[in-house]
Amino acid sequence: MVAGWFTDAQGQDFRLLGTRCAACSTVFFPREDAFCRNPGCAGGELTEVPLSRRGRVWSYTDARYRPPAPYVSDPHAEWEPYVLVAVELAAEHMVVLGQAAPGVGVTDLAVGMEVEVVAGVLDEDAGTTWTTWHWRPVGVAA
Amino acid sequence: MSADIAVLGAGMHPWGKWGRSFVEYGTVAARAALADAGVDWRDVQAVVGADTVRGGYPGHVAGATFARALGWQGARVTSVYAACASGAQAIGAARAQILAGLADVVLVVGADAAPKGFFAPAGGERPDDPDWLRFRVLGATNPAYFGLYARRRMALHGDTVDDFARVKVKNAALGALNPNARYRKAVTIEEVAASAVVADPLRLLDICATSDGAAALVLTSMDFARRHGAGDPVRIRAVSTVTPTFPRTVLDLPDIATDSAATVAPSPHSFRASIARAAYEEAGIGPEEVSLAEVYDLSTALELQWYEDLGLCGPGEGAKLVRDGMTSLTGRIPVNTSGGLASFGEAVPAQAIAQVCELTWQLRGVCGARQVEGARVGITANQGLFGHGSAVVAVR
Repeated sequence: MVAGWFTDAQGQDFRLLGTRCAACSTVFFPREDAFCRNPGCAGGELTEVPLSRRGRVWSYTDARYRPPAPYVSDPHAEWEPYVLVAVELAAEHMVVLGQAAPGVGVTDLAVGMEVEVVAGVLDEDAGTTWTTWHWRPVGVAA
Repeated sequence: MSADIAVLGAGMHPWGKWGRSFVEYGTVAARAALADAGVDWRDVQAVVGADTVRGGYPGHVAGATFARALGWQGARVTSVYAACASGAQAIGAARAQILAGLADVVLVVGADAAPKGFFAPAGGERPDDPDWLRFRVLGATNPAYFGLYARRRMALHGDTVDDFARVKVKNAALGALNPNARYRKAVTIEEVAASAVVADPLRLLDICATSDGAAALVLTSMDFARRHGAGDPVRIRAVSTVTPTFPRTVLDLPDIATDSAATVAPSPHSFRASIARAAYEEAGIGPEEVSLAEVYDLSTALELQWYEDLGLCGPGEGAKLVRDGMTSLTGRIPVNTSGGLASFGEAVPAQAIAQVCELTWQLRGVCGARQVEGARVGITANQGLFGHGSAVVAVR
């Protein structure tokens, strides 16, 4: 579904993957493999690059109602709100949105707080597990 | 500074959930605008439709659909799609044709019949579509983005949920005075606080609904307006349809991430602020000359953001403006005198046209109980998904 957006590794080695333009060094996430989007760049080769593991909370919110398809959720299960966190990566000067790790609520977060990326499960059924990235406050156990 | 065009006619179909076809709504609005202008449909030289989209493509190509409903008469035809900015792009296309001398009289129409609940992308597995991705990978609905903006305002500027609620209270009070609005009932701060949280910190009454609705304008050259007996019509002086500049640093729907600002310094102005700046610059008018503004209050918190982006107050001062009553009908700079999206709901291709209808009626001085005394200059502001800016300046 989103091939090449993050590593297969678990734990400390899990990273989001972007691409970097060889000509102007601009980093893109989600990965941009076709063209450099910097208007002042004639274009260069785009190569895969891991993004910063940590960043600071730009903002956050939650989903108190079930989103429509294509979000996958069991319509027969009671809706459990999840938290969305927008995180500013210092090195890349880029904000990346993601779900918070399970168990993290809006009251656990504050703008400016340091968070780190961890591997997570978006959804699973009998045949498939869809992995994803989650943001988790630094210092909180898995 | 560019030349003016005249707004000779404005019309709407009342907004709500009516359960009929968008073609019917648009045709009602078009006939109302033609009657208001005193122009026979057969004398219209061009028609521009703002497209309504079903299933990822314009199921009906709007310009031709409305032209057919009104009766084929051989006019030049244009259809535009720019999500929430579709209406402004339709006005922009009509204006360009008039200023280029390609047409003297142009009918602009936008109409929609919205589905219930959250807006959602078209079906199928479409991972190359950012709109599909944000739903599939994150479950990030439109209100989720509005919640992010609201929470960030609270952290940066000290806005409170009561400040957000004040916007709803103001807009509901104005909508109650507007016969075209869907919701025509006053709301209290307590009622906003008692409504369910949708996306923390925003509640149901902080977020605009989806609606059916339609709006239309008859736009003409100044020469045609004069020949038609309108010596002092409402005039459109600017239409801003700008894109963002790279790198865009504010997370905007439908994107999952911003551009990186590590290699290219970002503009000191946000995309939303640049939309207004382009309109002011084209009009040769500054925010201090504005009598009223119609802005996209997709959420209450977002309206406060527009105050700042339109230059109605300084950065971070939006909440103070609504707290002090400055944006109410009797304040220094009334905003969303129509009742805004809070009272209308979203009917995507019609919204930006409806904003200009409100400016037209305000500048004519025919708004009755919601009239801004002595209105001379109005500005609209909105933003279309995927990076379409839109603002219109009208003067009298």
